[in-house]
Amino acid sequence: MTTLPDRVERRMGLVIDLDICVGCHACAVSCKEWNTQGYGAPLSDQHPYGADPSGTWLNRIHSFEIEPEDAPAQIVHFPKSCLHCEDAPCVTVCPTGASYKRVEDGIVLVNEDHCMGCGLCAWACPYGARELDRAEGVMKKCTLCVDRIYNDNIPEEDRLPACVRSCPAGARHFGDLSDPGSAVSDMVRARGGMDLMAEQGTKPVNKYLPPRIRDRHATAPQTVQLARLAEPEATGFLGWLDRALERLG
Amino acid sequence: MHPAPSIIVFTVLSGLGLGMVFWAGLGLGPDHGAARWWIAVLALGFAAGGGAASAGHLARPDRAWRAFSQWRSSWLSREACLMVAALGTFGMYAAGWTLGGVRFWPVGWIAAGLALATVYATAMIYAQLRTVPRWSLTPTPQTFLAFAGAGGLMGVEAASALGGADVSAGRVLLALALTAGVAVWWQTEAAGAGRRSTGSDIGTATGLGRLGRVRLFEPPHTGSNYLLDEMAYRVGRRRAYQLRLIGAVAGFLVPLALTLLAPLLGGWLMVPALVSHVAGVMALRWLFFAEAEHVQAFYYGMR
Ligand code: SF4
Ligand code: SF4
Repeated sequence: MTTLPDRVERRMGLVIDLDICVGCHACAVSCKEWNTQGYGAPLSDQHPYGADPSGTWLNRIHSFEIEPEDAPAQIVHFPKSCLHCEDAPCVTVCPTGASYKRVEDGIVLVNEDHCMGCGLCAWACPYGARELDRAEGVMKKCTLCVDRIYNDNIPEEDRLPACVRSCPAGARHFGDLSDPGSAVSDMVRARGGMDLMAEQGTKPVNKYLPPRIRDRHATAPQTVQLARLAEPEATGFLGWLDRALERLG
Repeated sequence: MHPAPSIIVFTVLSGLGLGMVFWAGLGLGPDHGAARWWIAVLALGFAAGGGAASAGHLARPDRAWRAFSQWRSSWLSREACLMVAALGTFGMYAAGWTLGGVRFWPVGWIAAGLALATVYATAMIYAQLRTVPRWSLTPTPQTFLAFAGAGGLMGVEAASALGGADVSAGRVLLALALTAGVAVWWQTEAAGAGRRSTGSDIGTATGLGRLGRVRLFEPPHTGSNYLLDEMAYRVGRRRAYQLRLIGAVAGFLVPLALTLLAPLLGGWLMVPALVSHVAGVMALRWLFFAEAEHVQAFYYGMR
């Protein structure tokens, strides 16, 4: 049913710490590895060894540069996957009933046996979190690893989304964001966890922790003008003039 | 957005066919003669042919029947249901009209209403997407309805001419002029509806805007992918001016001229007028998709 549930029992989701992510892509690789082999259609690649490779991924790592007014530029690595929105536009547009949001944990899923591959849900998502698998013709998206988090057949420490389990830096956290006492809710409160594109009205469950403000030097370090260092050496008359002036001190 | 030929053919032809259903359902067209057949067959043919073309856009067309299930929430599902209802009702009306020579007025009116609702539902598939301001902040439903109305009227007149019946040029001229006006209105609104016009930009997309100026440093992958092909389509935008010109000339000026000449030279001119109009509308519909910008592209550094 592609109407959204009136209320969900829990809001399971991710908290991603942009201060810690080092941009190693381990979570994306681990996600692809897990999700290509468990449930449903595998995550296919097209021309993986050709000139123009492409493929289906549920998690992708962008890198951005922030240029503050009064401080040196800063790189932020930015993992992005489905945010399991409370008002998920991708669910309500689905004509077949393949897309749905679960009442018990708020996870947004696609029933791959019902999806007709129209792609409308991917158009409705502001975040680029849904990709149509080009081999299977069905919509793929992050499942929060539903086949891990409740899985009694794997050791308890592995009952986390693959991305969270594999992050070597500890930048990713998983928990119930509807429970104010959960560790993830604590983090969101303490660090000002934010919604992406709040103006789209999707009410994402996943939160991003902004990078902390870097220390500002009391006396701002002189920014080195690289361009000047790279100026070509003058030759001919100008070169002579340059050397002559230098000799004058 | 990627301008898939299947969707362009679908929206243009089904709009045309449903427009014909609308006018014929309201009682346009002669009560006797072959023209009735031409109108009924072309209306059903265009609408159903367009519907079949839409299946070309599905990766799993064998599951298209499931699209009838979610009419409570989904405009695409509503469109599918309304389309079948409109064509079914019109089929009954047309059977009485063509075979028996009687018009069942209430059935015709219901068919006309359903045809109108179907075109509206088609437009809402696009107009509902906040992620594409060029569709959601513009009079998209009005435009789709106007195009279907003018195209449908031309279709009825052209079919009448093919069936040897009289053609009324006056109302076609009026419909074309009104639709050209709506098209200009849409275009004026669309000119200002870039992907930033809902207040989103790379700063809100990443949440990092409050810390400083944000730009993409490294994309997540070196090649293309589904998202870029579908949502960040940029090919052929530089031909936009020429295509818009084709849309204006073929879609409106040529049909207007041919319609003006029809009373002098013969009703058959409505046929080339219709062909020209459809070609022009296809060019405009191509631009409707190709020029639409999706907010997702912020994550790939597009402004
Ligand atoms: S992030 Fe996109 S795919 Fe995920 S729930 Fe929100 S709108 Fe749907
Ligand atoms: S692609 Fe599949 S899941 Fe997405 S809207 Fe279409 S049918 Fe629903």
